[in-house]
Amino acid sequence: MYKLTIEDKTYSCQADETVLDALLRENVNISYACKKGTCHSCIVRSPDSPPPEEAQAGLKNTLKKHNHFLACLCHPEQDMVIKLPDQSDFYTEGTVVVNEMLNRNTLLLIIAFKDAFEFNAGQFVNLQRADGLTRSYSIANTPQESNTLEFHIRRLSGGKFSEWLHDEIKAGDTIAVSEPRGHCFYLPERREQGMLLVGTGTGLAPLAGILTDALAQGHSGPIYLFHGSREVEDLYRIDEMRQLAEQHQNFHYIPCLSGPHVPEGFTRGRVNDVALATLADLKGWRVFLCGHPNMVNQMKMMTFLKGASTQDIYADAFLVTPH
Amino acid sequence: MSDTLFDKLGGEAAVNAAVDIFYRKVLTDHRINRFFEDVDMEKQAAKQKAFLTMAFGGPHNYTGEDMRKGHAHLLKMGLDDSHFDAVVENLGATLVELNVPQELINEVVAICETTRNDVLGR
Repeated sequence: MYKLTIEDKTYSCQADETVLDALLRENVNISYACKKGTCHSCIVRSPDSPPPEEAQAGLKNTLKKHNHFLACLCHPEQDMVIKLPDQSDFYTEGTVVVNEMLNRNTLLLIIAFKDAFEFNAGQFVNLQRADGLTRSYSIANTPQESNTLEFHIRRLSGGKFSEWLHDEIKAGDTIAVSEPRGHCFYLPERREQGMLLVGTGTGLAPLAGILTDALAQGHSGPIYLFHGSREVEDLYRIDEMRQLAEQHQNFHYIPCLSGPHVPEGFTRGRVNDVALATLADLKGWRVFLCGHPNMVNQMKMMTFLKGASTQDIYADAFLVTPH
Repeated sequence: MSDTLFDKLGGEAAVNAAVDIFYRKVLTDHRINRFFEDVDMEKQAAKQKAFLTMAFGGPHNYTGEDMRKGHAHLLKMGLDDSHFDAVVENLGATLVELNVPQELINEVVAICETTRNDVLGR
């Protein structure tokens, strides 16, 4: 018999029980459906120690790395601390050190912390205002010695949180930041794999972090970044990306514009169409998709049909509000 | 001791090899892909894997009731024998592509047949 600890409560798991069985018997409110490892509804996390391997069957590598597992497949091998997916976050106070515009509607926000903030580039956090208003934003940088997190915040008209960040917050202000979440990040394995990154608008934020991470870890396969918007004024970091492409032979940057005006150096068309037309075969590729939900959903399907394995397709775990 | 069908096919490794090929065929088959649209792709892939495990004679605990409940919403969209046949056909083609001997494919098809009436709510 092992002990299961969730927040400040402890439950017992009998020898023949799975974690899910035990929690249901104890009336813990946990979502589940199939009870056989298929639906992934009962995914939970063991923050302190790796769960039994068989409880991670069928999960993405990035989820496995962060000790996610399926409660219905888990027969504990030791006492476990368990985090439910909807369990309230632990927030850390950060201080705004940079707030400046990246383009006409996108704010660069850099928040500094006293202590190291552990995360993988590409993950997201919840930012919280003093009155409790909370929004998810992707982290745009890789872990820094300066303990800073970088965010790209697009102004949404009528968006309470983004307007507050754009109009009111200033350097020196504090803001509450949750623990990092999400499984859309780079793992340093199969470095020779092709990598396709497709983003619209501020979908560039997590992709920029993933790109920086992959290059720093010596990814040797071809890396293609397609960044799209309607007008050139809504793209950003264009020069930095072009510079990176000059420095790294295997990195290709293709900025795409879907509107009528396409200056030299940019590709005409929607970012998903351009990406699919450029890369005929995605067998064996790793794919990262961030931005407009329609683009993300369509590309999940299309990149799979072009040969990418479902295990190798990563997307934002939260929905970006369509602009 | 004789190996089970699941062992002969290659167990979970065979399921993993087959699932992407099979799911890709289903999604591009215009006779049936509308039944697979508008769903979370990752969950769908996991479901396909569970289905293949069952069809390969592997460990599963699907009941006839599960099959009925799982497909009830598709019946409302017009799911019938022709669609069931198309799915089995895609599964057969997947196994041919993986060089599985015909007599084993026949056994897989026979297992699928045992679910036909539950899937079609009869």
